[in-house]
Amino acid sequence: MPAPRFFTNARLIDPATGYDGPGALKVSGGVIEEVVRGASPDPGEGTVIDCGGLPLAPGIVDMRVFVGEPGARHRESFRSAGEAAAAGGVTTFIAQPETEPPLDDPALVQFALARAREVSPVRVHAMGALTKGLKGAEMTEQQFLLDAGAVALTDGDHAIADARVMRACMAYAAALDALVVHHPQEPALSRGACATSGEFASRLGLPSVPAIAERMMLERDLALAESTGVRYHADMLSTAAALAPLARAREAGLKVTAGVSIHHLTLNEFDIADYRSFFKLVPPLRAETDREAVVTALAEGLIDVIVSSHLPWDEEAKRLPFEEAATGAVGLETFLPACLRLVHDGRLSLVRLFECAAMNPARILGLPGGRLAPGAPADLVLFDADAPFVLDRATLRSRSKNTPFDRQRMQGRVKGAWVAGERIFAE
Amino acid sequence: MFAHRHLLGIEQLSAFDITEILDLADSYVALNRQRDKHVDKLRGLTQINLFFESSTRTQASFELAGKRLGADVMNMAMQVSSMRKGETLIDTALTLNAMHPDLLVVRHHSSGAVALLSEKVNCAVLNAGDGRHEHPTQALLDALTIRRRKGRLQRLTIAICGDIANSRVARSNILCLNKMENRVRVIAPPTLLPAGIERFGVEVFTDMEAGLKGCDVVMMLRIQNERLTGTAIPSTREYFHRWGLTAEKLAVARDDAIVMHPGPMNRGVEIDAEVADDITRSVIQEQVEMGVAVRMAVLDLLARNLGGDA
Repeated sequence: MPAPRFFTNARLIDPATGYDGPGALKVSGGVIEEVVRGASPDPGEGTVIDCGGLPLAPGIVDMRVFVGEPGARHRESFRSAGEAAAAGGVTTFIAQPETEPPLDDPALVQFALARAREVSPVRVHAMGALTKGLKGAEMTEQQFLLDAGAVALTDGDHAIADARVMRACMAYAAALDALVVHHPQEPALSRGACATSGEFASRLGLPSVPAIAERMMLERDLALAESTGVRYHADMLSTAAALAPLARAREAGLKVTAGVSIHHLTLNEFDIADYRSFFKLVPPLRAETDREAVVTALAEGLIDVIVSSHLPWDEEAKRLPFEEAATGAVGLETFLPACLRLVHDGRLSLVRLFECAAMNPARILGLPGGRLAPGAPADLVLFDADAPFVLDRATLRSRSKNTPFDRQRMQGRVKGAWVAGERIFAE
Repeated sequence: MFAHRHLLGIEQLSAFDITEILDLADSYVALNRQRDKHVDKLRGLTQINLFFESSTRTQASFELAGKRLGADVMNMAMQVSSMRKGETLIDTALTLNAMHPDLLVVRHHSSGAVALLSEKVNCAVLNAGDGRHEHPTQALLDALTIRRRKGRLQRLTIAICGDIANSRVARSNILCLNKMENRVRVIAPPTLLPAGIERFGVEVFTDMEAGLKGCDVVMMLRIQNERLTGTAIPSTREYFHRWGLTAEKLAVARDDAIVMHPGPMNRGVEIDAEVADDITRSVIQEQVEMGVAVRMAVLDLLARNLGGDA
């Protein structure tokens, strides 16, 4: 067994206890052995990592990452995604099933997880598909997918239009206590849309979807979740209109949680500006009033989870007119710096940030990480919350460089990341 | 002084720019009515008309404009069906760029595509219509037609009627007429109004007669009935009943109101034949004539801003 490691002279950020203050950690056998608050004790035997007073937090758990294995490794491999994740402070990510072929079969889940564990420096889990071929028609073998290691079931960006199918999937999952993750967008209204309806999209002449498409699907899902008793997670909410039904479901005691992507927390529809295809996202960027509302909902606890919604695309797929360009953006490597914008704006505390980025996703998925406590895995991120830099997309570790933050000023850099006590990233 | 490198939309133009274009276009109207319609303003320059969406009329107008100014004009039809699969717009742009064109006239079915292309080539780019976004030369030729008929291009009440939601002509006209300080109205069924239209600086009407009341100019838009019937309008006959321009509806506009249409018209759908062919009211043929002159003016102005030796 390797000698213990001591992280001394740190500013500990522990979302599980709400502690944000000086302290030290002792790590041994891949887990946290001891948490010391206040002045760091003399470490004695072992390796010492002097944190220099910088924040040390549980590594981020990112619930929504697309990796092109199997089928599109030129866009992102488990190796490149893992390296990007580590540089963004993400020590665990959940691969989405929208691969080619999709992860709708237990053997495919096993294949993806085996590939990931072979090459990725960070921990990787996967969600299994909710319907065969992500077609929204026939349910998958939920039990076998879970047995193969799937941590939840979802069709990713594909909203399931057929309420009968969705109800069956939810009812079946409820009996297995499986988590159903859904992308709430009314598909008929959003068909062909690449912007949110309103003055701005109309001026640009872009096909658009009204913001209520999100609320409509969420309300249907919540009604089905209530009748089936399933654990339900809305993957990415982005509109003010969807928040009231979510709040009502919470008050009624439904087992319902919700996420939001970092892009929808930090960007709005005006960023599309002159048809910049790197800002073509799912769901489309929203009005500033919507962005404000979801930031508030996140700060106040209504929204539980921040995701990167990492969706890599090669250059060809984005070098097209806006309507024809691929939809999505990479987000792993900018996860922490982008989230820190909200901290610097005074909208989130560091503790709340790590609740939403580490503790809550781990809790929702039943994973052990996301906290600084004895017995928790030693998955850690050390960062300088203030260090400024200008992002150059060419330097990204992802195979694809489609970030909306290219050439933008960012504040906050990851200094180091550890998985099971082993260093996987150093600036 | 017209200081633009490209003409991508009305949005980038000032009222002064628009006036300069129209003043120059007036001189080309005179030229085009002479026996010798040729000047050598663009001699030695190459103009490529790159149309990803077919348009006989607009392409012919640009071709004639370029030829009368002495440019070497080439037409390239790039309809999707004939485009080699996999070749992107940017590949096409780079290929063309290597041929050293000076003026590139582009029509494309995607909003913003012409602006994207302009970033990748070294020549002047003219937007001949991009998706539902802009069609600046149509708005300019409409402005010229109105100015010549009404003697001014300000303080007029102008109604634009029809498929506002899908029309680049409507967007460019709203921008242009607002910049020139007119009162702009739009009239359409709710299903053909884009979201947020009330924030475009226009008055919005769903009732045609209320919208036409007191208008100086009535601009009709083409209804693409094969695409809209059943989804946005119940039928062409119901559309004609409520939003088709008839002499009866036109009677509530000013006595000297003129009727415009960007063509091609669907008689009996958006406009009654009697109104369309009434030479005292309809200026539709004149719009076509102004189109050539305005395009000559724009080509001329952009060519002046080209660098020396390319």
